[in-house]
Amino acid sequence: MMLDDIKDALIEGNKEKVKTCVRQALDAGLAPSAIINDGLISGMQVIGARFRNEEIFMPEVLVAASAMQAGMDLVKPLLIGDVEVASRGTVLMGTVKGDLHDIGKNLVIIMLQGSGFNVIDLGVDASAEKFVEAVKQHRPQVVGLSALLTTTMAQMKRTVEALKQSGVKVMIGGAPITRKFAADIGADGYALDAVTAVDLTRELLGLS
Amino acid sequence: MSAEAKQQYQASLNRVLDAIKLKEPDMVPLIPVVEAFPYYYAGITIQEGMYDYHKAAAALDKFYADFHPDLGWDPVLMYPGKVMELLDMKWFQWPGRGIDDPNSMYQYIEREYMTEDEYDELLHDPTHFIQSKWLPRSFGALDGLKYLALRDSIWFGFFNTFPAFGRKEVQDSLQTLFKFAEEMNKWYAFLGEYDQRMENEFGVPLAYGAWGYAPFDWLGDTLRGTVPILRDIRERPDKLLAAVEMFTPIAIEASINGAKATGRPFVWVWLHKGVDQLMSKEQFGKFYWPSLRRYIEKLVDAGLTPFIYVEGSYRKRLDFLREVPRGKVVYDFEDMDMFEAKKVLGDVACIAGNVPNTLLSYGTPEEVEEYCKKLIDVCAPGGGFMMDTAAMVDDAKPENMQAMFKVTREYGVYRK
Repeated sequence: MMLDDIKDALIEGNKEKVKTCVRQALDAGLAPSAIINDGLISGMQVIGARFRNEEIFMPEVLVAASAMQAGMDLVKPLLIGDVEVASRGTVLMGTVKGDLHDIGKNLVIIMLQGSGFNVIDLGVDASAEKFVEAVKQHRPQVVGLSALLTTTMAQMKRTVEALKQSGVKVMIGGAPITRKFAADIGADGYALDAVTAVDLTRELLGLS
Repeated sequence: MSAEAKQQYQASLNRVLDAIKLKEPDMVPLIPVVEAFPYYYAGITIQEGMYDYHKAAAALDKFYADFHPDLGWDPVLMYPGKVMELLDMKWFQWPGRGIDDPNSMYQYIEREYMTEDEYDELLHDPTHFIQSKWLPRSFGALDGLKYLALRDSIWFGFFNTFPAFGRKEVQDSLQTLFKFAEEMNKWYAFLGEYDQRMENEFGVPLAYGAWGYAPFDWLGDTLRGTVPILRDIRERPDKLLAAVEMFTPIAIEASINGAKATGRPFVWVWLHKGVDQLMSKEQFGKFYWPSLRRYIEKLVDAGLTPFIYVEGSYRKRLDFLREVPRGKVVYDFEDMDMFEAKKVLGDVACIAGNVPNTLLSYGTPEEVEEYCKKLIDVCAPGGGFMMDTAAMVDDAKPENMQAMFKVTREYGVYRK
């Protein structure tokens, strides 16, 4: 019941209500992992589904994501040792070398975090070497590359090649990117927008 | 002006004007918005183009010697690096400041230059907000302007407000502005000379008379940023609408004054935040379109022609775009079903654009030719169509640009 309240408040995008409901659930002794999985994340899944069906749009998704974040901030400090929550997977995100644009990348990050993934953000202007290094360090299952310029698309190819040895899955996206380009450079997938990027991440990880 | 250049100039301009009026010209006008392309093509770096006006001019000379579009761009899109450096402009990085590769294009850095709790302050007195908050946040060298509050100067108020000019920070900022103005005026003089050259030597009409932005973007691009303004749609819709409303007459005035200053009627309006992916049709119809529509109408009333440069996908917005005066507006699309656009807008507005930049950068001349032919087949009949790329062109393969020019000139002919 309390978990449903959290979920509903999140779907409404009501940050304050989410916080109140999370506090109530914690006071009632519910497990932090249940609050996250069956409250917050399950709410975000509804948001994702409604977005795909075009029932809601980016503004609704973003306020839900920020409500989710507010709820997570309350629960996370209590999670010590409760690791199975974070095990949905880790995604390494970055805009490729020479490209300083981050709007698209940041939207993807917001959506991935909202869906329960752990995200490492490499920022902008990230070289192939930097990606390789970060993969060694953080051991992500998926890497997401972003580019806005036709001139920096070529860097995606370099980065995909550099990451090949590591066996990590690579998805790419950005305004000039096409499915064909992704296939040509040997990326594992192409995402048209932030929600598709989450679907693709799930698909690449074999999650339902 | 050589007789040949004069004739070419007039023929090009007529072609464009006919297409805008939804009449069939002699051939499909060709109006590619070239940004960095001429500089790459001529083999100078972006850094050289941004810092050495003469090199920029030489690069364009080479471009116009080899390509003859019906509307052309002077070096205005190669912003002057020295001027931006002087101001310590925060929302761009370019080779020379922040970007190492001299051959990389300048890039826009989006941040929240106005926070969510500052709407009231903006609405209360936009001029003061812009001067005391937005300018210092946007330009490091204008930080001193935050100490000025001239709205309090009335009657003996100036006893209290004018002494701020004695502060070193204020004086430094004003000195920078004097230097900026000198340098900027040099750049304007250079552009003016180049415009003459385009007309007289190359016979190419200049594409632009002024710029503009949708009132929503005025707020979304430079004040709030993408994610914050989308949240505002849900979290503070009334304030957001009030701010959009407030910026509408300012946006109209800025574009009309800009066109008056140059004496040229084409106003390029760059659209950003209203794309299909970022908001619903209802939200577009409430927050984005009404002010943009009013802006377009006022420009047309003033005798100007808005070139609405639609960046991103607008496939779900076509019904709105119909609501403008007939034969007075150009919609230049990036991601669009052009067949559908022709069907919906064909009797109302001239359409253009859509040749994918990725194709121009990575495709073959044959693929470009095929794409352009399809566009001509679908969009050209009856007039009201101009050939343009989807987005501004940077690093296209020269042979692909040549293919686009060739096929438009040879295949896009209405009458000999």
